Amino acid sequence: MARYIALLVVFAIMIGVFVIGLGKDPRKIPSPLIDNPAPQYELPRVKDPALTIGSADYAGQLVLVNIWATWCVGCRQEHQYLNELAARNIIPIYGINWRDQRDEAIAWLENLGDPYVASAYDVDGRVGIDWGVYGAPETFLVSPDGNVIHKYIGPMHEDAWQNEFLPLIAEFNGGTR
Amino acid sequence: MIPEIGHFALILALSLAVCQGIMPLIGAHKNDEALMSVARPAAVGQFVFVIISFACLAWSFQQNDFSVLYVANHSQLALPAIYKFAAVWGAHEGSLLLWILLMAGWTVAVARYSAELPRDMTARVVGVLGLLSCGFLLFTLLTSNPFERLIPAPADGADLNPLLQDPGLAIHPPILYAGYVGFSVAFAFAIAAMLTGKLDQAWARWTRPWTTWAWLFLTVGIALGSWWAYYELGWGGWWFWDPVENASFMPWLAGTALIHSLAVTEKRGLFKSWTLLLAISAFSLSLLGTFLVRSGVLVSVHAFATDPERGLFILAFLGIVIGGALSLYAWRAPKLDSTAGFRPLSRETFLLLNNVLLIIATTIILYGTLAPLLYDVFEWGKISIGPPWFEFAFALPMVPLILLIGVGMHTAWRSQAFAALYEQLKLPGIIAIVAGIAVPTVFYGRSGLLLSIGAIAGFWIMAVSLIHPIRSWRRAPGTPAMTRSVMGMSVAHFGVGMFTLGITIVSSFTVETDQSVRVGETVEVAGYQFKLTNLQNVQGPNYQALEGEIEIRRNGEFISELRPQKRTYLVQQSPMTEAGIDAGWNRDLFVALGDPLGNDAWSVRLQYKPLIRFIWLGALIMAFGGLIAASDRRYRLTATATEKTPELSGEPA
Repeated sequence: MARYIALLVVFAIMIGVFVIGLGKDPRKIPSPLIDNPAPQYELPRVKDPALTIGSADYAGQLVLVNIWATWCVGCRQEHQYLNELAARNIIPIYGINWRDQRDEAIAWLENLGDPYVASAYDVDGRVGIDWGVYGAPETFLVSPDGNVIHKYIGPMHEDAWQNEFLPLIAEFNGGTR
Repeated sequence: MIPEIGHFALILALSLAVCQGIMPLIGAHKNDEALMSVARPAAVGQFVFVIISFACLAWSFQQNDFSVLYVANHSQLALPAIYKFAAVWGAHEGSLLLWILLMAGWTVAVARYSAELPRDMTARVVGVLGLLSCGFLLFTLLTSNPFERLIPAPADGADLNPLLQDPGLAIHPPILYAGYVGFSVAFAFAIAAMLTGKLDQAWARWTRPWTTWAWLFLTVGIALGSWWAYYELGWGGWWFWDPVENASFMPWLAGTALIHSLAVTEKRGLFKSWTLLLAISAFSLSLLGTFLVRSGVLVSVHAFATDPERGLFILAFLGIVIGGALSLYAWRAPKLDSTAGFRPLSRETFLLLNNVLLIIATTIILYGTLAPLLYDVFEWGKISIGPPWFEFAFALPMVPLILLIGVGMHTAWRSQAFAALYEQLKLPGIIAIVAGIAVPTVFYGRSGLLLSIGAIAGFWIMAVSLIHPIRSWRRAPGTPAMTRSVMGMSVAHFGVGMFTLGITIVSSFTVETDQSVRVGETVEVAGYQFKLTNLQNVQGPNYQALEGEIEIRRNGEFISELRPQKRTYLVQQSPMTEAGIDAGWNRDLFVALGDPLGNDAWSVRLQYKPLIRFIWLGALIMAFGGLIAASDRRYRLTATATEKTPELSGEPA
């Protein structure tokens, strides 16, 4: 008899796990960078290779760092939204152009608009590796003291901005952290 | 108007399912003929209304009625008509309707071909199927109504997911679901047996063909899914241990165990509680798969759009159905165990081992599939379990199982003399060892321990599967004519051998490269020269594509020209890879276009896959073996129409 009851107990536990599991989001992958210092970099700019851009340029500011590429479909999807976001003037956006062609990247920014303060040209993808990029687009929120506060994978959109980024930004502007 | 008719028909189907679920069961309990006779007409009526409902949804798709939310989300004006039909089951709501349709179809088949069954058995089986049907109809009507209106209607729809715009995937769900749902029949038989408390050999004989049919549909369905993933996802892989794939594979393993356990119950009256548990498990795992796929608790490459409310409903349904079945099992099964004995060397022993090993394999996959969820729920951190873990863990029970098949199928019931068995298996054993070591070394130029084990196992099963047919063909003295059951077993096991050999060779000798290629350049892979001769834009009905022309030569001799495409579907703007494949019985050459690398160079994925066709061919041969076995004279199904018992004469058709 005991073995038949054991079967029921195992099944009941499974159902319990499922009930709790329904409330969780399996897609959330925590980044080891969260609350740790953001990777340092200095790279030539996309539009003007003579100048460089890097983490030193935004030290002391709360900024978004956006990883993009012209070959990436999700980046095309989010691009208009980034333009809009830049126009709102809430937070500066720094781009890292990841494993891309310079001429194509410049054409993209000219045709579709340039939401970035400047984009770094990461042609061999090394800086991307430092940032733990799985696939573009990815967007990071970096604090004035240089820590990664939030990471968003996939095309940015208003929902993510309102629910994930704005509350964190408000915390900083309110000085609670 | 048409969608409302469909919706209303579905509500009527639910009312009939309620009648079908409740009245025959009460009738069987009280031995009330009138109540029991509700079973058949209610089942037929439900089927008719579900067909009407399904037809209404299909019609809405053909008419481009974008005022129906489901149509607007999963179709588009330029979508080819055939995919407008397949789109009916292209997403959650419609696929549930397909599920219900198939379930109603199976029920009508059971009701019709049940002349040999006692009336109370038929009533109970049809009643249990009716209750299951109620659950799915309620689920559809309450949380996933495919006929919901969208006002105002958009001018054009959002298109069917491009991944699904493919003939392989259009027929994959109906066949796969026929398998899933088919196990509900075995489940209903098990519940009916436990309700009556009677489980004899006749019961096993009735249950067997239904189970075999469900199993063979599931086999073909899984094989189709794997084949589709191979040519459509553009990676050249054929199995990914994704939760959705595992969800279909677990019921298959449990169903395979059930088929074998049923054989023992039919022939020897043994393993009764085992058989019941497996019948419950096979269908429960189908339900569990539905839950995993549709609730969003696990990440999967091809999960449905998910919704926690739906998840909760399925979970409640799962709890009632499986929990109820297991409780009934705990109450009734202990009384069913029989004590007839068998010797250690007998077919019973091997079939028991088969069951134990298959259940271990199922449990391993269940654990691997649910582990990420478990870790998340108990806050142990996030983990993901990948193919290497599954491949290793799954091989542990499967390698001994495959080696034992060959012995088991030639062992007599009850007791077997060792010397005779040894004599019979000596030659196939030697052939397998020689071929298993020689074939990889001679044809593919390499050998190794795991490779040899896999190849020997494959040749071993193929060789022993030929013993029965060869003896029967030669009419060896003392051999009885081969029954369809034995023929089916031999064929199915031969398929297992081909499958094993295919996997072994593919995983050992596949050559894959990702190369940067410009037009006019040639790349050599596994002795074949691939030349990219041209790149051009082509226009499909609802997509644009970049098409590459790749000429394949071997030592200068022309082999084939492939045209892989990189498609962009106009509405959803999603890129899709259409691989170019030159298929041969002994190898596939696989070409897929990757991304542009600049300066006119493209990344191109080139693969050489030896014997990969054996994997799907092996699966199809297994299913064909099932078909032969199910057609055995013992199981010939008798339609009720031919029955002339007086008590039935007054029954409405």
